[in-house]
Amino acid sequence: MSAAPLLSVKDLKVHFPLKGGLFREKRVVKALDGVSFDLGVGETLGIVGESGCGKSTLCRAVLRLVEPSDGEISWLGNDFMHLSGEALRRERRNMQIIFQDPLASLDPRMTVRQTVEQPLLNFPSGMTGEARRALIADTVNLVGGHPRWLDRFPHEFSGGQCQRIGIARALVLQPKLLVCDEPVSALDVSVQAQIINLLMRLQGEMGLSYMFISHNLAVVRHISHRVMVLYLGKVMEIADRDEFYRRPLHPYSQALISAVPLPDPVEERNKQHVRLTGDIPSPINPPSGCRFRTRCPKATQICSDVEPKLMDHGGGHIAACHHIG
Amino acid sequence: MAIEPLLEVESLRVRFRTDSGDVAAVNDVSFSLQPGETVGIVGESGSGKSQILMALMGLLAKNGKASGSVKLRGQQILGLKDSALDRFRGQVMSMIFQDPMTSLNPFLRVSTQLTEVLIKHRGMSQADALDASIAMLSRISIPEAAKRIGLYPHEFSGGMRQRVMIAMALLCEPAVLFADEPTTALDVTVQAQILDLLKDLTRRMGTTVVLVTHDLGVVASICDRVIVLYGGRIMESGPVEQIFAQPLHPYTQGLLASMPRLSASTQGELVTIPGQPPSLAIESVGCPFAPRCVLADEHCRTVRPIPQRNADQEVSCHKVTL
Repeated sequence: MSAAPLLSVKDLKVHFPLKGGLFREKRVVKALDGVSFDLGVGETLGIVGESGCGKSTLCRAVLRLVEPSDGEISWLGNDFMHLSGEALRRERRNMQIIFQDPLASLDPRMTVRQTVEQPLLNFPSGMTGEARRALIADTVNLVGGHPRWLDRFPHEFSGGQCQRIGIARALVLQPKLLVCDEPVSALDVSVQAQIINLLMRLQGEMGLSYMFISHNLAVVRHISHRVMVLYLGKVMEIADRDEFYRRPLHPYSQALISAVPLPDPVEERNKQHVRLTGDIPSPINPPSGCRFRTRCPKATQICSDVEPKLMDHGGGHIAACHHIG
Repeated sequence: MAIEPLLEVESLRVRFRTDSGDVAAVNDVSFSLQPGETVGIVGESGSGKSQILMALMGLLAKNGKASGSVKLRGQQILGLKDSALDRFRGQVMSMIFQDPMTSLNPFLRVSTQLTEVLIKHRGMSQADALDASIAMLSRISIPEAAKRIGLYPHEFSGGMRQRVMIAMALLCEPAVLFADEPTTALDVTVQAQILDLLKDLTRRMGTTVVLVTHDLGVVASICDRVIVLYGGRIMESGPVEQIFAQPLHPYTQGLLASMPRLSASTQGELVTIPGQPPSLAIESVGCPFAPRCVLADEHCRTVRPIPQRNADQEVSCHKVTL
């Protein structure tokens, strides 16, 4: 990316303190421990990793819905980390979020019209009631809704339709960044494709940037321009989409990709299986050196002594591992 | 096929009585299981896939009623009283559920929950049951099984809990294992472990498995046969190789086409199936998939297709011939 990034995150940390006892030492959960990345205008960054790796915390920290403990966030070249009060609120109209459970993220007592209108009321722009109504109808139409939807309540819609309403609410202010936290995970396969197509079409039309979290690596491959792999609050690998799937460098990325069951019995039987043993360790007391070493098939002594740094392995393919190449 | 089927389901129907009228969750579903095979049932939410298992296990909600015929080793089990069913449940057939946290009792140690199965069904002594349970836990690769068996469910991770569920289900070496979305709540890495484990265990013990899932990848990786459900009816069934290579039914074709692929870079728009999954309250007169089908015509909307069958395949669609 030659142009200035929309969002630039440097060494972002989120540490949640745990309640300590009188004689117990104070402990912290390091949900994010030094994450850096840039997001360009019109770009989709796919974020993958197991549960507990910090994906959702990252999204919330970038929007400062969770206060980061340390690090820098710059938004359109300006500091976003230290904004507060009204300045923070005003900047946030440009960043919106959609969630995994489409029904739970809508207020059951608000009609679709009220739901989509809410952001406009939060950020009054001197718009007349008439213009507002027209904009709401346009937005609902944009996400593939029907004018009939406007006076209905969330429970009258299916999951896919609720997700469309959530997207309409997020887009009515014409934001620049849309954070998508597992937006298709709760949807049926046949509906999932509709929402993915919608998100990609909207990106083309509105020049949106996406942070797209998903545990479905096939969906991430389809929608993302770049992919970032997180493990225990740290970045393991960042690479362009096709480069990442063709040549994953980090053993963790390789294991993640290999673990996805392919919808083709022949391919599935013939593929190479890399199996991880065990579960993700506790973020309270992460392993020394490389965090992945306790489950890594390639781990050696150096992995427990020295933490590997993120290094560029050519063409912006960044990975943190002692055993690459 | 000379071997007698282990389980024979014929014209299974499941109805739920609700305040807003009857809901037909499962309609005229027939299939049979050969000993040792793994069959996948796939469908979207509301397709009735879980309710088939619940009906087979006699676990339907109070307002639900199953009719038709279900024969386990030649014996009719549908409509049996709980006390009569208990001779089969746990021993001949058992079940694992999607969410291992809510299906284990949080107040009881894992040891109590595991040994109970053996004491009740096999009449074992406490000590023997404990030994057998520890042996089972080691078999499903829980490290330090003898120590871990004394823990409570919340002290295990999600993947470990699902292993405990599987151990519990397999303790009496049942002939059939029903698995309702057993890996949906797990991470892909843990899912891969659990699928490997299921594959390995059932092969060694000769268990027949019915796996309900919405994930076609899971079906492709461990099933021998697949049944595709839509709106409570079987759209298509057959050997996995055949169904994935050459799906006949437009719904199966749509499902497979709408999945983004991991192994190839996909460009442009995904193929979609228009519309939303059906509401079960209104039973269609024609093909249930007709409202979303690109091939549908008046005939499809008014006349329900009759299943076409050959030796190992079945499809219900006016637009294709088997």
